[in-house]
Amino acid sequence: MDKNLPQDSPIATEEVTATEQTGSSRREFLGQSGRVAAGFGVAALLGNLGNYALSYAAGGPPIKIGVLHSLSGTMAISEVSLRDVVLMAVEEINKAGGVMGRQVEAKVVDPASNWDLFAEKAKQLLLEDKVSVVFGCWTSVSRKSVLPVFEKNNGLLFYPVQYEGEECSRNVFYTGAAVNQQAAPAVEYLMSPEGGGYKKFYLLGTDYVYPRTTNKILRAMLLAKKVPASNIEEEYTPFHHQDYQTICGKIKKFAAGGGAAVISTINGDSNVPFYKEFGNQGLRAEDAPIMAFSVAEDELRGMDTSALVGHLAAWNYYQSVDTPQNKKFVANFKAYCKKNKLPDGENRVTDDPIEAAYFGVYVWKQAVEKAGSIEVDAVRKAVYGQKFLAPGGQIMMDEANQHTHKPVLIGEILKNGQFKVIHRSKGLVKPEPWSEYTNPEKGCDWISHQGTYQKK
Amino acid sequence: MGLDRFSQYVLTLVLSAILPISLFSTSTLAADAMSSAASETDSLAGPIEQAFIDIKSDDAALRTQAAAVLIEKGNASLISRLDEIRAEADRSVRQAIKPVIDLLKNHANLTSEQADTRRSAAADLVGTGRVEAITWLEEAAAKEQVWWVKYTMEESAQLIQLRSDEQAVKLSAIKKLGELRSQNGLSALKELLEAGTQSGATEQQRALADSAQTSIGQIDSWGWWAGSIETLFRGISLSSILLIMSLGLAIVFGLMGVINMAHGELMMVGAYATFITQQAFIAWFSPENFDWYFPAALPVAFLSAALFGLVLEATVIRFLYGRLLETLLATWGVSLILMQAARVYFGDLTAVIAPQALRGGAQVMIGVYLPYNRIFIIILSIVCVLGIYFLLFRSNLGVRVRAVTQNRNMSACLGIPTRKVDSYTFAFASGLAGIAGWALTMVGNVDPGLGQNYIVDAFMVVVTGGVGKLAGTIWASLGIGGLNKLIEPASGAVYGKVFILVGVILFLQWRPQGLFAAKGRNADA
Repeated sequence: MDKNLPQDSPIATEEVTATEQTGSSRREFLGQSGRVAAGFGVAALLGNLGNYALSYAAGGPPIKIGVLHSLSGTMAISEVSLRDVVLMAVEEINKAGGVMGRQVEAKVVDPASNWDLFAEKAKQLLLEDKVSVVFGCWTSVSRKSVLPVFEKNNGLLFYPVQYEGEECSRNVFYTGAAVNQQAAPAVEYLMSPEGGGYKKFYLLGTDYVYPRTTNKILRAMLLAKKVPASNIEEEYTPFHHQDYQTICGKIKKFAAGGGAAVISTINGDSNVPFYKEFGNQGLRAEDAPIMAFSVAEDELRGMDTSALVGHLAAWNYYQSVDTPQNKKFVANFKAYCKKNKLPDGENRVTDDPIEAAYFGVYVWKQAVEKAGSIEVDAVRKAVYGQKFLAPGGQIMMDEANQHTHKPVLIGEILKNGQFKVIHRSKGLVKPEPWSEYTNPEKGCDWISHQGTYQKK
Repeated sequence: MGLDRFSQYVLTLVLSAILPISLFSTSTLAADAMSSAASETDSLAGPIEQAFIDIKSDDAALRTQAAAVLIEKGNASLISRLDEIRAEADRSVRQAIKPVIDLLKNHANLTSEQADTRRSAAADLVGTGRVEAITWLEEAAAKEQVWWVKYTMEESAQLIQLRSDEQAVKLSAIKKLGELRSQNGLSALKELLEAGTQSGATEQQRALADSAQTSIGQIDSWGWWAGSIETLFRGISLSSILLIMSLGLAIVFGLMGVINMAHGELMMVGAYATFITQQAFIAWFSPENFDWYFPAALPVAFLSAALFGLVLEATVIRFLYGRLLETLLATWGVSLILMQAARVYFGDLTAVIAPQALRGGAQVMIGVYLPYNRIFIIILSIVCVLGIYFLLFRSNLGVRVRAVTQNRNMSACLGIPTRKVDSYTFAFASGLAGIAGWALTMVGNVDPGLGQNYIVDAFMVVVTGGVGKLAGTIWASLGIGGLNKLIEPASGAVYGKVFILVGVILFLQWRPQGLFAAKGRNADA
């Protein structure tokens, strides 16, 4: 049970100490009266006596799950929140009686923003800890690095971040957006009369796989929609690029005369210098709005938002989404962070990947209960078509392609670092791992095909 | 004007009478028409009230026409009411209302107190393409004092006229845009040129194309100059950033023979000191004094970084003088510790808000816009260079520092406390890093990786400039910064960086001692 609370996590040290104390008393109990008493120890730890003792005794040993998010290094700033929300979901599930009457025990590891370490830790989770499912990864490169491990050992990974698509692994469930659920509708929106009828697009990104692939698809889409090639500009900057003078100058020239929008896949710490320079060079959201795919509430917390107000973002969820279950989710998350004395406590915000990580846990729970087993193949089949009322609204797992049907929301950045939803897709958008623009002949299907297949 | 309004009104009447959609609306209109005859005020309020009803209609034509009425007769006071309607309305109605609100807002903003707001309004009116805006813009331009705002207003008016259907108006707009050297008109003019040079072009289109060609020539040649000036400025700006980062490093590396890999983290200390000062101002001072946090943060950043430097020197560096590679390893370790400490302690809620004075920029000429924060950093780096020059070459302390670096034993014999000089010099150089961190909060972000982003560039500058030479550091940062900005427009940011790196490597192959080599007896010291 000690494993329920990760030793290497900053979750209240007092509780860890408490674990140790009950641990020692538990050992005595174990010697005397076996499993029921062990359940009593668990219950004492979480302060919820009766239910737990009963459920533990009734359901069998706890189900182990793995959490594979960077808690140190450059990606920690984004990924720690996902670790927190997964643990929160686990706590909620355990409080409500667990999965199939069994408690869920989370094993948290820290791959430290190091891609090789991701594969190593994934191996450790699957082979040593024998977890039944892993929630983890943020960057595409980390996902690519653990992919062979999951495929070889038939593990199960829930990946909660929007990504570039062109992947169709049997061992991964993608709860974030594919390109056709974020980037493509965002550009379509900008082209529509409601979105401003933009005609020129400046595709700007950090130089790595996600922006390159996304922009490849966007370019194909724009050309298919009869935007002349001269009206599309594509540019990349190195990681941690700080000097955006020349690029903002180019955008200014590109946008002169109006009708231009910037599509930004700039990642991480380059965003602040970019938005600052953009504003300081006299460019406004009215001249050329920046539509960003990597800037969410969690990133905005650390920025001076005055330079960002009026710019846009596309996601499948915002903290400001007005549903009763979202209000509860946001309040719970803040309360959870405060209760566990996590950094920034109540000031924490929720965003799209956080929501996707959260409902991922519940989708897995429903699937396990439907399958009546934690065995990977059975659970996988049970996930197909699974529906869940997520904080942002109803979502549905696809019947065959491992991805998630989600709504698409366009948001405008407000001064307080939140988003105002200015456009919402009609219903859920079906995920397309292979874009119809760049790979029209390919499809992804694990029911009637073996993963990626050639259409016709 | 009165006649115009009247004819518009009659048109309104006729149009809505033709539309079979809404009997109700026509009858109210008729009632309005009768009452308008009765009093002048009603004649104003009537159609506006009617338009408020019509704009919610299901019929697109009726909505368009109501929007036209509101634009013609409305003013900013209607915006709040329109916003209310918009909040509840469905998509098509929202789309009808949005241009109305935009126009009314921009019309009102043309007479705003703020020059920036007036300029924004003038620029935004072009997008609406409404003919009414031309008169507004011309009226506003006649009264305008600020040349840049006036320029934008005139340009906007011409840009709208360019879309007119009349040949003469178009021709004059093309000519005027050329005279204004309007960068914003370029794309529209190019379209005209293209249309006129196609084989099936009419006589009128050809005339427009001819005229457009002349204007494009004027705009382009001006644009080339403006672009060159902006590129030059960007080069100087990047150079000033490189310089301000490298100054401290040049002293430590050049004069003291220590490779300080933690130099970047000392910059980070300066940046976090700025952040802490800002938080203190938010907590303890009234909001109107908020902007003073930035000057107040300067000594805080300098002193806290200097203090870190002092401790670092006393605990680590002083055991390693003369062992170049070991200083590299030890300070690398220190930098990792500082980085993780910042990550753990500060987390990611560390935005520094720029003071009002350092936001935006100055339009110095058509097509050249210089951001204030960059001008500020250029001036700061010049001040720092002058300060260091006086300290090292015009003060007693400077004489001692140079004496110690040239011949430590001899200086000690002459009674110079070499240990003290070492630690003060290191602290001073660290303080300079703190100032660099302070200034960089205006262009970048404050995060634990801040130092890492700059340290490589800073070393590149110092090595290229020639170790131990202040002048070398200055020329190297100008060269690297300038070249980078010269290459970047053509090559893109990624390859720009690659070219610079290759260039520096080749340069050092040819001249390993850097731009300015130490000469004579000191050369091998």
